[in-house]
Amino acid sequence: MSSIISISGVTKTYATGFKALKEINLDIERGEIFALLGPNGAGKTTLISIVCGIVNRSSGSVSVDGHDIGRDYRAARSLIGLVPQELTIDAFETVWATVNYSRGLFGKAPNHAFVEKVLRDLSLWDKKDSKAITLSGGMKRRLMIAKALSHEPRVLFLDEPTAGVDVELRQDMWAMVRRLREDGVTIILTTHYIEEAEAMADRVGVINKGEIILVEGKAELMRKLGRKQMTMELRAPLAAIPDGLSRYALELSGDGNQLTYTYDNQSDRPGVASLIRDLEAAGVQFRDLDTKNSSLEEIFVSLLRQEP
Amino acid sequence: MNLRAVWAIYRAEMARAFRTVLQSIISPVISTSLYFVVFGSAIGSRITEIDGIPYGAFIVPGLMMLSLLTQSISNASFAIYFPKFVGSIYELLSAPVSYLEIIIAYVGGAATKSIMLGLIILGTAALFVPLRIEHPFWMIAFLVLTAVTFSLFGFIIGIWAKTFEQLQLVPLLIVTPLTFLGGSFYSIHMLPGIWKTITLFNPVVYLISGFRWSFYGKADVSVGVSLGMTLVFLAICIAIVAWIFKTGYRLRN
Repeated sequence: MSSIISISGVTKTYATGFKALKEINLDIERGEIFALLGPNGAGKTTLISIVCGIVNRSSGSVSVDGHDIGRDYRAARSLIGLVPQELTIDAFETVWATVNYSRGLFGKAPNHAFVEKVLRDLSLWDKKDSKAITLSGGMKRRLMIAKALSHEPRVLFLDEPTAGVDVELRQDMWAMVRRLREDGVTIILTTHYIEEAEAMADRVGVINKGEIILVEGKAELMRKLGRKQMTMELRAPLAAIPDGLSRYALELSGDGNQLTYTYDNQSDRPGVASLIRDLEAAGVQFRDLDTKNSSLEEIFVSLLRQEP
Repeated sequence: MNLRAVWAIYRAEMARAFRTVLQSIISPVISTSLYFVVFGSAIGSRITEIDGIPYGAFIVPGLMMLSLLTQSISNASFAIYFPKFVGSIYELLSAPVSYLEIIIAYVGGAATKSIMLGLIILGTAALFVPLRIEHPFWMIAFLVLTAVTFSLFGFIIGIWAKTFEQLQLVPLLIVTPLTFLGGSFYSIHMLPGIWKTITLFNPVVYLISGFRWSFYGKADVSVGVSLGMTLVFLAICIAIVAWIFKTGYRLRN
């Protein structure tokens, strides 16, 4: 069995009647980094909360490493570490006390050496005797991660891990996630920072309005939906796109100095060569040329636009 | 049974009590001493004896119950309300702990604190008035039973409350009046006709009466009834807690 989390037919309707999740089916593979993308209110946090046992599902079933989260909640939950989006810690506890507390809560025997290693890895060791309330926002975030890792989870949920986090911590966090993955920990992160998913994820799931609208390997997704753009810096500004070039999807910048050509890079005949020939024929000269793949963000936006 | 989790929560709760030692221990001791000064010395000197017990000594069990009830409720309700309020309850809900374990740890922590407090008040009282305890076993039994029952009650309030105001509402509007009118400072035999009957609808009467009996062997109502009523209230609280956990009421929705 390769999937470590198996979600089938999960729905959630809140008491207010709001349908947060409509029939979610999703399998997370063992050892992968899975990014769950979606706009605010799409149902990302609800889905995570259900898997972690914080919110009751309305229907459907979830299993973690073969353990049903209802019948066998102890086994299921002890495999999971969760770093929620909000910085929610008992402000008056010391770093050392609160991380050891988390370990105990998950039923693990005290292991000071391990907790020390977690704190050192997250650059929190110097702060071990400080109360949480005295820590900076970034340090609090590290502390939440330390708490989640304190019981050696096999699955780690990171809900919006880098929202409002400075560059240094973000880099540290990405390095940490990669290290964990090398140790075989499965990581599921939700984000609306697309570059995060782009940099880290093996697979990407897109959720919108309570439905998973797509799950795909990141590379395939980029290949399948990715478009390429070629930008040309012109020698002399153009007032309008010349008639001879009207069959290409060209865009002229406001100042007339840049021409941008967007094309499907999966196509056999992307039209790049003919465009360049036609440009020359039309007497348009350029001094520089740049091409780039569209980012996951652009893919994401175009996906959401297709949704009714 | 995830005993490590129970221990972790219990220890964190006790640590919280010692962190706020001024608020959780010293302030009730001060307020109890004030009761002694006002009711015991100033007014009490005009009242000689009730049921053959010097007034100062008569009010000790009632004062202990007053603190026991209010502190059990506030300890337990705050313990579960605060993580709900700041959001750190996510960790408890995502941990491999059963509801029973959560209850044992939180209610155990709150009850331990209020029992300690009750004993401290007893010690403080001994400085002011001569005390005797005729039935030490039953004294401890009533102490523990009441602390556990009202910690459970506090736990329910903490889960139910959505605001700090609601958290204070029940203790302030219901528990404090019932305790004051439950015979902490007088014997219900001293009440005029109809009020004697009305008072019997106040559950706190039974707690105080039974507790006072364990000290002086004198009771307003029979001890069996006192014990029975305490157990009934405990059973009601257990039933409500069981329902809360079965439905996930205000926790997992």
